[in-house]
Amino acid sequence: MITDFFSATVLIGILASGIRLATPYLYASIGETFGQRSGVLNLGVEGQMLMGAFTAFYITLRTGNVWLGLLAAIGVGALMGLAMAFVSIHLRAVQGISGIGFYLFGLGMSDLLFQKLMGEVKTVSGFGAIEIPFLSSLPVVGEIFFRQNLLVYLAFLLVPVAWFVLNKTTLGLKIRAVGENPQAADTLGVSVAGIRYLTVTMGGVFSAIGGASLSIANLNVFQQNMTSGLGFIAVALVYFGGWKPFGVLFGALLFSMVNSLQLWMQILNVPIPSDFAVMMPYVLTIIVLVLTVGRVRGPSALTKPFIREG
Amino acid sequence: MKNFLAKINNSKYFDGFMPVLAALSALAIGAVMLLFLGVNPLVAYRAMWVGAFGSSNALAETIVKAVPLLLIGLGICISFRAKVINIGGEGQMIIGALAATAFGLYVPEMPGWLVIAMAMVAGFFGGAFWGAIPGFLKAYFNVNEILSTVMMNAIAVQLMNFFLRGPMIDPNQAELLSKIPQTARLPEAYHLARWLPTRLHAGVIIAVVLAFVVYLLLFHTTLGYRIRAVGFNPDASRYGGIRVRRQVVIALLLSGAFAGLAGAIQIYGLNYRMITDGSPTGFTGSAGFNGIVTALFGGLHPLGAIPASFFFGALLVGANSMQRISQVPSAFVIALNGLVVIFVVSSALWQEARQRKRRIAEVRDDSPPPSEPDQATQDVSV
Repeated sequence: MITDFFSATVLIGILASGIRLATPYLYASIGETFGQRSGVLNLGVEGQMLMGAFTAFYITLRTGNVWLGLLAAIGVGALMGLAMAFVSIHLRAVQGISGIGFYLFGLGMSDLLFQKLMGEVKTVSGFGAIEIPFLSSLPVVGEIFFRQNLLVYLAFLLVPVAWFVLNKTTLGLKIRAVGENPQAADTLGVSVAGIRYLTVTMGGVFSAIGGASLSIANLNVFQQNMTSGLGFIAVALVYFGGWKPFGVLFGALLFSMVNSLQLWMQILNVPIPSDFAVMMPYVLTIIVLVLTVGRVRGPSALTKPFIREG
Repeated sequence: MKNFLAKINNSKYFDGFMPVLAALSALAIGAVMLLFLGVNPLVAYRAMWVGAFGSSNALAETIVKAVPLLLIGLGICISFRAKVINIGGEGQMIIGALAATAFGLYVPEMPGWLVIAMAMVAGFFGGAFWGAIPGFLKAYFNVNEILSTVMMNAIAVQLMNFFLRGPMIDPNQAELLSKIPQTARLPEAYHLARWLPTRLHAGVIIAVVLAFVVYLLLFHTTLGYRIRAVGFNPDASRYGGIRVRRQVVIALLLSGAFAGLAGAIQIYGLNYRMITDGSPTGFTGSAGFNGIVTALFGGLHPLGAIPASFFFGALLVGANSMQRISQVPSAFVIALNGLVVIFVVSSALWQEARQRKRRIAEVRDDSPPPSEPDQATQDVSV
């Protein structure tokens, strides 16, 4: 049985599903990275993901068009992001708590709409697997990386793009300036509120896409509370990744590989109680948070509302 | 007349109505949501009202629901006052309930009152332990407590599932094929007193008494002063000789302890056994999150948490009857709670502005008569 576990097919299976499981984390964490780099902690990610997952699924179910579903999720995510931005920027609400409000709202609302509009668990045909020509026929590597669905590819593409935007563009410079020293940025004519609106709304959009990647690409179902804590882990991954896109990628991969390993251990009946297996990723997150602290410093203005002086 | 209105608007007591305003706003938005779902909001809200207050039994159920919210809310008052955001009420309640249940099931036979008292202590310490871990990690390793408490919740759920399916499973269930994950029932002698025929239990007395205890603790003891000082300004506290890290651990530990006690009371007052459906909120009914909503609604004041818990208990109980009568899923109330949180934290800015106005008005009253008092008020309101 243990030897089974280390056979090539199982290892490939673990890696391939690990890559797939990393998708929702990547979207949500990269979106959250932008928000936090500009100084706003959005704890409502989980709620935004749930709303995104439901909207994408429902619209796809009704219209039969995954693209419309994805588009609708983006719209809903943007709305929720805007609301979070307004509450944190204009009303200067305590970010850690308002985020919990948005989480509860998304949790209740997606459940309410699900029960009222669908009533039962259904399935849709979501984004199918795309085999990249030539690359997908490579042994091992092809199976792990190049037979995934479109949203998986886009998630991994998002990482270098996010890195480029944050570090090599004027917009990225402004975002970082606003998150490190909003007073200085403001004196130089950067609109602190404008940048934060942009990043937090964007964060909402990416969280919603992350939710959609579950409901119309990876699993093709919607269930109540289907993210079950995934959004909170996505926020933790931003800390773990040191607020850097590639750090987030590393964290997301590590986390989802452990999760994938755990799922395969259950499938293969490895003699560890399944409850402890499910626990593993969470314990790992805590350990990793302990280990990363002190290594990197977060944005100085994180969670601090900006008030122009004078 | 204008001056009179301004006075009311500036008065301290008006602050107390802020949460009420927030709740009304949330209910108004909820009404719009209901209209979109094709439900008459008046019918739905009426069903809620009747379900929560319509009979003595309904009222008892409302109070029963309010008990864990109040207890967890009390813990939240303590931790939030220290600016420590404890999202871990769910997990702390589970661990507290596990500890208390295990105590009642496996301790050699003793007088009922003694077992109950010691089980409450076990629950208290169980929750305290689960809260102290993230407190310790925050204080000494600078780990964000919001994230660690969320992770601790998930871990607690799995521990519960493990114990109820394995070591602590009801011997009768273990023999059956169904294997429902639940413990054996606690003997009759260990149950908290009840006002029959309702399910109202003595836990409510414990909770209300503790609300006063927490009030005294926070506002009339050195420990409470230290906790609040750390929340108010950690740097000044450190300078003033307060060991900030220790207060952070204590705040989370106490916060967890109250959640653990809530779990213990839920078992000894209501369920008499611990049972799970495997889902994260199967045992707690989201009390860990709703307790946060309760505390915020009560203005983070232990005595304010009493009416607040009653209000949210009513919402939760009312939601069930609303589901029956107007087919609105009870998830509606979770969304409403979210809106209440958003509105309450969003109104803080307004509240601060009014506080500033009041302070300026006080200074003005004490100093020699200024030339144009109305001018002064206008300046500040900008």
